[in-house]
Formats: sequence, structure tokens, C-alpha cells
Amino acid sequence: MKFTLRIWRQKSPKEWGRFVNYKLDDVSPDMSFLEMLDILNEELITKGDDPIAFDHDCREGICGMCGLVINGIAHGPEQTTTCQLHMRSFKHVDTITIEPWRATAFPVIKDLVVDRTSFDRIIQSGGYISVSTGGVPDANTLPIAKDNADMSMDGAACIGCGACVAACPNGSAMLFTAAKVGHLGLLPQGQPERYDRVLYMVHQMDEEGFGGCTNIGECSAVCPKEISMDFIARMNRDLIKANFIKGDIEKK
Amino acid sequence: MSETTTRAEPRTTTEFRNVTLESRAPSGPIEQRWDQHRFNMKLVNPANKRKYTIIVVGSGLAGGSAAATLAELGYNVLCFCYQDSPRRAHSIAAQGGINAAKNYQNDGDSIYRLFYDTVKGGDFRSRESNVYRLSQVSVNIIDQCVAQGVPFARDYGGLLDNRSFGGAQVSRTFYARGQTGQQLLLGAYQALERQIAAGKVKMFTRSEMLDLVIINGRARGIVTRDMVNGKIESHVADAVVLGTGGYGNVFYLSTNAKGCNTTAIWRSHRRGAFFANPCFTQIHPTCIPVTGEHQSKLTLMSESLRNDGRIWVPKQAGDTRPPHQIPENERDYYLEERYPSFGNLVPRDVASRNAKQVCDEGRGVGPSGLGVYLDFADAINRLGANVIRQRYGNLFDMYERITAENPYEVPMRIYPAIHYTMGGLWVDYELQSTIPGLFVIGEANFSDHGANRLGASALMQGLADGYFVLPYTIGNYLAQGGFDKVSTDNPVCREVEAEVADRMTQLLSINGKRTVDSFHRELGKVVWEYCGMSRSADGLKKALQRIPEIRAEFWENVNVPGQNENLNQSLEKAGRVADFMELAELMCTDALHRNESCGGHFREESQTPEGEALRDDANFSYVAAWQFNGVGNKPILNKEQLSFEYVHPTQRSYK
Repeated sequence: MKFTLRIWRQKSPKEWGRFVNYKLDDVSPDMSFLEMLDILNEELITKGDDPIAFDHDCREGICGMCGLVINGIAHGPEQTTTCQLHMRSFKHVDTITIEPWRATAFPVIKDLVVDRTSFDRIIQSGGYISVSTGGVPDANTLPIAKDNADMSMDGAACIGCGACVAACPNGSAMLFTAAKVGHLGLLPQGQPERYDRVLYMVHQMDEEGFGGCTNIGECSAVCPKEISMDFIARMNRDLIKANFIKGDIEKK
Repeated sequence: MSETTTRAEPRTTTEFRNVTLESRAPSGPIEQRWDQHRFNMKLVNPANKRKYTIIVVGSGLAGGSAAATLAELGYNVLCFCYQDSPRRAHSIAAQGGINAAKNYQNDGDSIYRLFYDTVKGGDFRSRESNVYRLSQVSVNIIDQCVAQGVPFARDYGGLLDNRSFGGAQVSRTFYARGQTGQQLLLGAYQALERQIAAGKVKMFTRSEMLDLVIINGRARGIVTRDMVNGKIESHVADAVVLGTGGYGNVFYLSTNAKGCNTTAIWRSHRRGAFFANPCFTQIHPTCIPVTGEHQSKLTLMSESLRNDGRIWVPKQAGDTRPPHQIPENERDYYLEERYPSFGNLVPRDVASRNAKQVCDEGRGVGPSGLGVYLDFADAINRLGANVIRQRYGNLFDMYERITAENPYEVPMRIYPAIHYTMGGLWVDYELQSTIPGLFVIGEANFSDHGANRLGASALMQGLADGYFVLPYTIGNYLAQGGFDKVSTDNPVCREVEAEVADRMTQLLSINGKRTVDSFHRELGKVVWEYCGMSRSADGLKKALQRIPEIRAEFWENVNVPGQNENLNQSLEKAGRVADFMELAELMCTDALHRNESCGGHFREESQTPEGEALRDDANFSYVAAWQFNGVGNKPILNKEQLSFEYVHPTQRSYK
């Protein structure tokens, strides 16, 4: 297969970026999207050009490190991670446009690599259960209804890739935040901190410059783990309740 | 090392020569050893813990859990990872589950049985005291993870569910769908983020450890490169912990993440930490085969597929007909033929070796010829497609997504791949390496799995080390005191920084013709061919001749573009591949010296008349701990003799 690749190149956070076109022949339909970029990079290095920087690690769809906007869609045409996308999903001689995640809270570091540490800071603000190692009860002292455990697992499946933010016209991190709030809030262990957690996490999300949610649903449509927007609704309910119980977080 | 060492001669410290390997494994009844040892260890007063700083490199199950737990205890922690977030360490990719001797299923499990299975499964090449302790703390891990909110699978009564895994005769494996590693890692990550928020852990992401700093005979710091701006700097502490994972990427193609590397443990090895049993690597038989030269990594599928799939290849070499056109009498169901009682369910190493053998005979299938069929046609006829879908639906979907072939209609193709390394830096019972103050945890050390790791035991060991072993044992080291005041202005730090910077400059200035990946691929092929599924003296000698040649060409002809001062993924890879080149030689040296077969190490010269692995307990019942002796020089072998007081060595048989 042959492709024209229109790829975002940007040397550093402070410099302007631009699209650069590359031609690539001899692409096998069995290649993964990132393997196709590997081949391009091998060619660029051999020619003495600067290879394209992109994030990736496990290449089996679980670490959440990779993420490209491909032809305008976060992670491309299949609802999976970029590393699990294969070239057979594209038509021969297509032009493929490749961009980094675009969001205020994810500044570009180089080419297709962005800084997602804002996600870590949202977790730091309350995305955990305050339990230290040791001194915990036997695991089976606390039965958890299977339905709740399963639903909690649906939220916990989030890989933190950031596709939800990249897809959202508002650059909102609601699906990411709601998945963690839901994962912990659906479990009995998560109850003591449930309302503080949602207040602090949403507050941090706003601080980081993520936009608000207007129920568009692009986030869920590109989520490689198919996390449902129900988690956002659930978080909003917790947030309203938390505001009544805990009051304004700014005054804390 | 003296501070007067000149930069012209990169230091490969000789300070730790003539170290005697003191396992410090306690004696006495095995059930009481850990309790007794914990009592004997010195404690650091709670008010004094904040006076100590500990460096933790790696943020996976071992590193992440250790960093969080040490901070909870009151120590100051500096934690480093090469990814953009500690949540992405490769522990995340473990699918199957985590073992624990809870006996929740009332099926006869016990701490002793898990201990027994692990020693036997490791083919009698692990330390009994360590393995018993691992089994003991396994039960605490599950309690801890549930308290953190890890959503393990549950049954309808709300209690935890278990499954039997990897041929175990009891159901002791806890799991969270097919994402157990991810969920356990998120538990540790959340605990870590809580400590970062509390100011007790300072986290350095996109930061790679490139060397170890030893001052006055103790590990006191590391030198790192900031992967975004290229800054090379020292960090100092009172102890250094490495939880940097295994070295499976020496094979280029493996199930490891692309970034997994040996640099942290290899640079420490060069500074004096002994490397134990480097040739003990584990191959997994059911991976998706390579499709071509472009292949960058391999994907594992659950072994459970072998419960219903039948493995075969054409009888005739070079038969390229599609599978449905090959009549029954021209198919070779080689595992069923050779191992009538176990058939397709023979252990991982046996299944893998047989697949390699039929492919070497030219009977492999698929475009590359490196694959065998795993055929579900009989099972679908017998049970119906729906039953098969219920059992393996998600795996079939995954296979189809990657290969674009529908396994309900066309047989799957599988091939073995490397996915775990049992070898690693040598550590004593307290997880301390031969360098005082350097501790090694998780897959990065050698300790608990012997020559072969059982399924669902990697997660168990990483978390055991990080939550429940290291946080105690490191206190014993710190409490002994005698620490000099050290800052990053120390001349040794400056010197090591300069060595690291020189190395970066050197890599960037070669300006040769070949890419880093092309060298890595070439190295991987040699190691896979001669030090992979089966090894022979002839082959290993060939590898030991070839590897130094590849290494020499690398240093003359590699092309690393760009500069050090910004994000440069080629430079990162070049440093890692350079270290793999040296490690590969050590692996082959170890494999050549160990003239016996055991666990994942199969020497063709040492097999039973039936072709099974044959151990030589009289001559090789020891841990081979290698001491660095300069690049290209033969490393020095040190032996830690193993004794088995509880589980007595026996020979495996699967006929």
C-alpha cells in the first residue's frame, strides 16, 4: 500500500508547528499504525532527517501511552488505541493526517508528544482511597454485590490515554475524572471519602484548564475502553450532593 | 573506587571484588524464619525516618508499591520512571491474575502448598527461605489491594472469585477481568499519587537512570537524563532501590513494552552488583506470530486456548496450501503424538520447544514460516460455536483485530515469544545486592522463581517485595547508620555525570550508516537463535563470537540523529541497545557454563531419552552470580549453593 502522510512537526513547546508531507510506499496491511511510523522514521534517520517523535510503550492497548489524532479522530477510525490500529483500516493511496492530542491542558512537547501530567495531578487531588500498607481487614470481610463490582471495574478500565480530552470540543476531562470517581465511589471502601473526592477532583480538573462538559459524547465514542457517559451523569449527581454536604471547596 | 580515577578510563569498579555471597537466609523452621528475621532486624525510630531519603527507580508493581509504602512509613522518597506517568509501567500488561494462598475455595491450598509448587515449578533453582516468605505475604497482598479499591472479580454472593491457572491443582488465582496487572498497578499508583500529594514522594517522570553513584563503598545515588531537555544530573540518597523490570527486550521481539530495558541493572552490574542466572528466561508458547520485518513487538494470548485448540502443522515440509485444503492424514498433531497423556497441555517450555523444532524442519505455517496452527474446528463441531465464543470470545476478537483472520473459520496461528526473565541482579534475603545500599525488587532481581516462573506469580512477587519485604529490610540497613553527608556536589557525582555525558556525546558523534533498531533487530535474532528456546554449546559459542562483532560495528557504524538537549528517542534507544549488547554476551556465557537443562534453560546436550529437560543437581544446584570484569572480558563466576531442606528435587515428566 502507498500513503501520503501529513504529519504535525513541532520542535519544542515554544516553537510554531506545521504540517509536513511524507510519502511512504510498501506499507503492509498487517502493519500496525505505529509500525508504519517506525518504517517512516527508519527512512528519515537513514536520510539524515530528524525522526518523528511519538509516545508509545506497551503496544498492546493497555498502557495508555500512545495517542494520535488520525484524520481528525482520536486514535483513528477504529475504536481502539493507536497501537492496535492496523493499516488495513485505510484505503490504498489515502492521505492520512496525523496530529497530537490538542488541548490546553496537554501542551505539545515535541511533534506528536504531549504532556499529560495534568491527569496525574487530578488523581493526586483525591483519586485514591486513603489506606496505608498493612493493618487492613481480610479481603473477604467486605462482600461487594457483583453488579457494583462489575460496574466499578467498567470505570477502573480507563487507561488514562487522554483520547476523551482530545475528542471533546471543550477539551474536557470529565470522562477521565468521572471514571475514577465512579470506580472508587461504587465500592464500599470508597465511601468515607466519596464526596470530598469528587469535589477535589473536579476542582483540580478545572484548575488544570480542562473545559466543561456539555454532553456531546465524543469522549465515549473514541474511548478505547468504551467507558460510558453514564459515569459522567453519576459524577454530576455526586457533585451536586457533595456541594450540599461539603459546601464550597474554595472556602476550604 | 578512588576519586582520582581519570575520565579517560571509564570506571568499572573493582571495589566489590572478592565479595562472598552471603545469602543471609535464616535457618530454623521455615514457617518461623521471616517472623524471626523481622524481629532480629534493627528498626528506624519513627521520628528519625524523615531524616532518610530513598531513591526508587521504576514505578511498576514493585517500584510503585515500594515508593508508596516507604513514604507512608515516613521516609523521603525520590521516584523515577521513563514513562510520562508512573501508571504506565509494564506491569500493567499482565492479564491472567495474581496467586495468593488464601484457600478461599476450600480446595486444600495453603502457604506450604504455594511454597512447594513454586520451588518445584522453579525446577529447584530458587532459595527456599525466599519462596516461603513470598507465599506467606501473598495473603496480605490481596487484603491490601482490596482495601485500596482494586475491583477483583466476585461471585454472586459478593465474595472474591478465584480460578485455577497455569496447571495449578487448586484455584488460588485472583483476577480482574483480563486486566489484573492494570488494576493492581492502579492500586499502587493511587497510593503513590497520594504520597506525592502529601509531599513525601518527589516524582520524576520521563526520566531515565543512566548510572549508579557509589561513594565510600555504598550506593548513594543515581545519575539520570531528563528525556525532555536532555539534562544529566545526580540525585543522592541514603539507599537506592531498583524496580526496573526484566530484560526480555534483549531479544528485540518480546511481549515487553518497547521501552523496557536493562540499563539500570546493567549499569549497576558494571559498578559491582552481581548478575544472577542471566540465562534463565521464559518463553510463552501462545503468542501471535510475526508478520514481517516491520514487526515491533509480540502479543500474548492466554494459554487457556490450549484447553480446546489442537496444535498441528503439515506433515510435508514446504506445504503452502491453506489449512482447509490439507487433508487430515497429511496433518501432524505433533504434541498429541509425542505426549499422549498431556497432549496439547504440556508445559510452556515443552510446547515452545516443539513448535520451534517443527518450524526448523520447514513445516511452519503462515507467511514467515514461523507459526503453528491452533485449530478449534473439532471443538466447534463438538461443543458448538457458542460455547467456544463464551469461553474465548474476547481472545478470538483480539486475534482477529491483529491478524484480520477469523479463528472460528480459519485455524489460529501461534508462535512462542519471550515474556519474562527469571534472572536479574543477585540479592540476599533482605533484597540487597552485592553493593551495600543497593536494593533490587520485582523482576529486576533473580530471587524467587528459580529457573521457571509459574503463571500468576510475577504480580505476586512484585507486590510482595514492594509492600511487605523491602520496607522492613531497608530499615535494617539504614538503622545501622554510619552515613556520610553527601550532596550532589560530591566529586563522584560530578565524575559519573561526566561519564554519562561523554557516552551521550559519543553515541551522537558516530554518524554511521545503520539505525539503532537495525542493530537491535540483528542482536535479537542472534540471541533468539542461540540462547532462546533451546541452547547448545556449539550455538552458544557461535553467539559469543557474533555478539562482540555486532557490538563493535554498533560503536563504529550506528547513526543516532539529533542532539542530547531535547527529546531524542533515537538516543534513548541507542543507550539501551548498547547495554543489551553487553548483557547478551553475559547471557550466552551463563547458558554455556550451565551444562544442564532446568526450567526455561534447555541445553540440547542434557536431556532424558524422551527429549525432556535433564537437571544435573550434583553439579549445578547453585545460583550463578556473575561479576563484571570489563567489556569483552570473561566475567567472574561466583556460586551460591542451594540447599533443599523441605522440597526434595525430582525429575519432571509429561509423557
